[in-house]
Amino acid sequence: MIPAAFDYVAPKTLDDALRELAARGEDAKILAGGHSLLPLMKLRLANPKVLVDLRKIPGLTGIKQEGNKLVIGALTTHYQIESSALLRRKCPLLNETARVIGDVQVRNRGTIGGSLTHADPAADWPAAILALAAELELAGPKGERRIGAENFFLGPMTTVTEATEILTEVRVPAFSTRCGSAYLKMAQQASGFAIVGAAVWLRLSPKGGCEEIGIGITGLSEKPFRAHAVEQRLRGNKLTAKLIDEASSLVADGSDPLEDLHAAAGYRAHLARVYTRRAIQEAAKRAVG
Amino acid sequence: MPVSKSVGARVKRREDPKLIRGLGQYVDDINLPKTLHVAILRSPYAHARIEKLDTGAALRLSGVVAVCTGPELEDKIGTLPTTADNPTLKIPAHHVLAIGKVCFAGEGVAAVVAEDRYTARDALDLIQVEYEALPVVSDPEKALTPGSPVIHSEFTDNLAFSWKHEQGDLAKAFKQADKIVKQRLVHQRLAPIAIETRAVLARYLPEAKELTVWSSTQIPHILKTHLAQLLKLPENEVRVIAPDVGGGFGCKLNVYAEEALLGYLALTLNRPVKWIEERRENIQATIHGRGQVGEVEVAVRKDGTILGLRYKVIADIGAYHQLFTPAIPPFTGLMLSGCYKIPAMSIELSAAFTNKMSTDAYRGAGRPEAAYVIERIIDRVAQELKLDAVAVRRRNFPKASEFPFKTATGLAYDSGNYQLALGKALKLAGYEKLRREQRKLRSRGRYLGIGLSTYVEICAMGPGFWEYGKVQLEPSGKVTVFSGASPHGQGQQTSFAQIVSDELGVALDDITVVHGDTGQVARGMGTFGSRATAVGGIAVYHAAEQVREKAREIASHLLEVDADDVVFSDGRFSVKGVPKKALTIQQIARQAQETGDSSGKTAPGLAAEYQFEPSNFTFPFGTHICVVEIDPQTGNIAIKKYFAVDDCGKVINPLLVDGQLQGGIVQGLGQALYEGVVYDENGQLRNGSLLDYAVPKATNLPRLRLSRTETPSPVNPLGIKGIGEAGTIGSTPAIVNAVIDALAPFGVTHIDMPLTPQKIWRLCQGAKAAVAGGRR
Repeated sequence: MIPAAFDYVAPKTLDDALRELAARGEDAKILAGGHSLLPLMKLRLANPKVLVDLRKIPGLTGIKQEGNKLVIGALTTHYQIESSALLRRKCPLLNETARVIGDVQVRNRGTIGGSLTHADPAADWPAAILALAAELELAGPKGERRIGAENFFLGPMTTVTEATEILTEVRVPAFSTRCGSAYLKMAQQASGFAIVGAAVWLRLSPKGGCEEIGIGITGLSEKPFRAHAVEQRLRGNKLTAKLIDEASSLVADGSDPLEDLHAAAGYRAHLARVYTRRAIQEAAKRAVG
Repeated sequence: MPVSKSVGARVKRREDPKLIRGLGQYVDDINLPKTLHVAILRSPYAHARIEKLDTGAALRLSGVVAVCTGPELEDKIGTLPTTADNPTLKIPAHHVLAIGKVCFAGEGVAAVVAEDRYTARDALDLIQVEYEALPVVSDPEKALTPGSPVIHSEFTDNLAFSWKHEQGDLAKAFKQADKIVKQRLVHQRLAPIAIETRAVLARYLPEAKELTVWSSTQIPHILKTHLAQLLKLPENEVRVIAPDVGGGFGCKLNVYAEEALLGYLALTLNRPVKWIEERRENIQATIHGRGQVGEVEVAVRKDGTILGLRYKVIADIGAYHQLFTPAIPPFTGLMLSGCYKIPAMSIELSAAFTNKMSTDAYRGAGRPEAAYVIERIIDRVAQELKLDAVAVRRRNFPKASEFPFKTATGLAYDSGNYQLALGKALKLAGYEKLRREQRKLRSRGRYLGIGLSTYVEICAMGPGFWEYGKVQLEPSGKVTVFSGASPHGQGQQTSFAQIVSDELGVALDDITVVHGDTGQVARGMGTFGSRATAVGGIAVYHAAEQVREKAREIASHLLEVDADDVVFSDGRFSVKGVPKKALTIQQIARQAQETGDSSGKTAPGLAAEYQFEPSNFTFPFGTHICVVEIDPQTGNIAIKKYFAVDDCGKVINPLLVDGQLQGGIVQGLGQALYEGVVYDENGQLRNGSLLDYAVPKATNLPRLRLSRTETPSPVNPLGIKGIGEAGTIGSTPAIVNAVIDALAPFGVTHIDMPLTPQKIWRLCQGAKAAVAGGRR
């Protein structure tokens, strides 16, 4: 657990940070909360030549409402999200997700932006931001660009973020009336990461049908994904137990479930179905309540 | 001022204020000037010949002071010790660094000494080693089959040792039985995972001829003796200090390669050297616990009476023997009778060398395995005979009047009242009501399980292992207690002070307990086998008693009355019938320091030492009841309730006893549900970090409801037994029995630990399929 030697810079502005990244290219790694990167460095699985610490840059931390959107700075810690009163009113799926990430120490230091760009296939945030159809704002040498959550993840530990870019904020829709959400996961006992996690956001019609729904799945396969087949089955329909059951059974279709010491592929796929079903039921219950 | 009676009171741990404020002094907190840092290159192979080992590039790295390898040290450091009283024992040479070949993944191959930890670590990458892989022996059962590759070529097979015990007419028992119940049981390997990994700091002062080794150890005195032998030094030139130790659980009851290596490096480099084990090294190269596979068979009458028991077991001991490796599995055999009358027993143990880290003592050390075997098979008997698990237990208990109770394994249990503890636990849990609730919920498709374990264990090691205590009244009236026990979380700075406080009538705050330093404490054995209080505490008690009696003699002289006429109470010696004519023990201390009693009859000073060796072990016992609910759709287990009634004899400090039980129960829970060191067929660790090796977390813990019965032990004057391991021993079978009870509707009769959700889900699936198939 001893890292190799590295340089460290802590730019004071976003532009300085971007210049630093442009200059150092692949040699540089961004330090946000450090709770994924530093363990990798201590194991010498990551050996960056320079760490660009973003924590001195003002404006990357915090949660605010802009119209019907909630904007979460990339350096906002899991704990800040877990404890945000604004989110509890306007987007409780984020509080609920943050609450089950790692442990207290991880939540106090780890950041949403760090976790998303690290793109561990078993991380919790991807499920939530996929369910919410979040937009991610990337700053780069050529200006800013906005990426939908579904286009953000490319595979395990890879996203569309270029080595010269910095994720600056995550934008999610504020809940309106008749919205409900839930995040349920089976945690791997040792790491706390999701063996499978299912995040559901939905809005009911005044008559109680499913007007809109988003389902994000993490842990099941190499890349978190949005469960379109399940959503389509439910959208526009009344959420009966039978329909939820049928729809959830589709969640793992076409996926290539991961297999490891903790869960075989078949068990993971099964868990995805169970957790998806339960998360939909819970979200629907909360939308009514 | 009268001093209230301290023994039996819930006194808060005196060690905690320092520790919880981060002011503890662990080995890594000790910084000596000019310290060098050591890193160990470890084998990535489980079994391989070292074809080439080139340390040149590492040595040339700036900041590297030395690099050493096994062959260079062969003549300098002896081979690591083990206990050797079993005539069948084969002892392969266990060098501090591998010579010629490696026998497990994680075995030390070379050591780098550098100016700082970073350089030392960098240099490891510059050492070039060429290995030629050899066939790996990973499975202990396969290791003992003919034709298996042999790990140590000096022997003809992988049988490390064997052990047998037979008593009673087993053939007759099995012939007379109404039923024979068999079960294969796996006791998976566990990594002890002390929060503080191992750590060693060594310094040699050539002028003083003193080698001081600070080690995170449970046995400073035993380690000192071995280090002197390993390094070929006179014992009085070696001092071992165990500063604050962040958990041991048996894994620091050992003599490790790094302790000898660091001692050697300090001697030869003339600078202090420090090595702090990394967590990955800790899982690879610190001993593991458990690691047995056995088959138990019991002969029973249809009323549940056990007539005989046969157990055949293979112990997976790893590549080498560590200090107590060969002593642990026989404990399982000795304790297999549990708290039951079993007239005929046969136990056959074979220990196998495998290409893995050694197994050795881990909290319970052989007894959790025994409790698991007997408590599981009792439940299997109940299941097979359709009897209640409580009834089968009651039927086979010895009566309270039958103690000391002799088992067919040759032990004499000191004292016990198993019915009382069981009855109290059943009442505490509301057992009958729980069973009714279980039936009700089952009819609604919810699966509640109720599991019991009525355990007994052997502790307070014991005959053959003494402990040393010294009590010294300082001239100021303060008391210093020296103990050869080496507490590292058990709380004896508190409990020993309580014992002495009562004996001498001195306030707790005036008592200091010194331990863990061979330079300060003359002799000792250490803390292991739940012995520190029941053996070490008794030594302290007797020493305090002697101090008090010497003080009485001095008082009698000063008060000018016969010693028989001196009354001692609350720290005051007074003349019988004349309470105002009195001297405090502090006044006597000052007098003693100056002149003895000035009569010339007693020597100056007021101190006494005592070495206590008990005549027998002690046998704590109790009943644990666990209530779980299973989610058959996911396999998740929720622990709903946990009750424990434990009997550790007389209690010095209930708070400490509760703490030991809580920690113990949680560690037992870890084995039942989460833990297990997994090696693949190539001897590679599959869960060698805390990202994959699962230990219980605070959020996994049930609320524990603890209660006690108190059956004093006759083997020591305080009637105490020991409580360090009881929780671990009692809890594992209770939890497993509860899960299997919950799954009874699915036809499940046994699951090997750890009971992971995946295993449970599969069994529920299998049962569902069977039911569906039956319908077709």
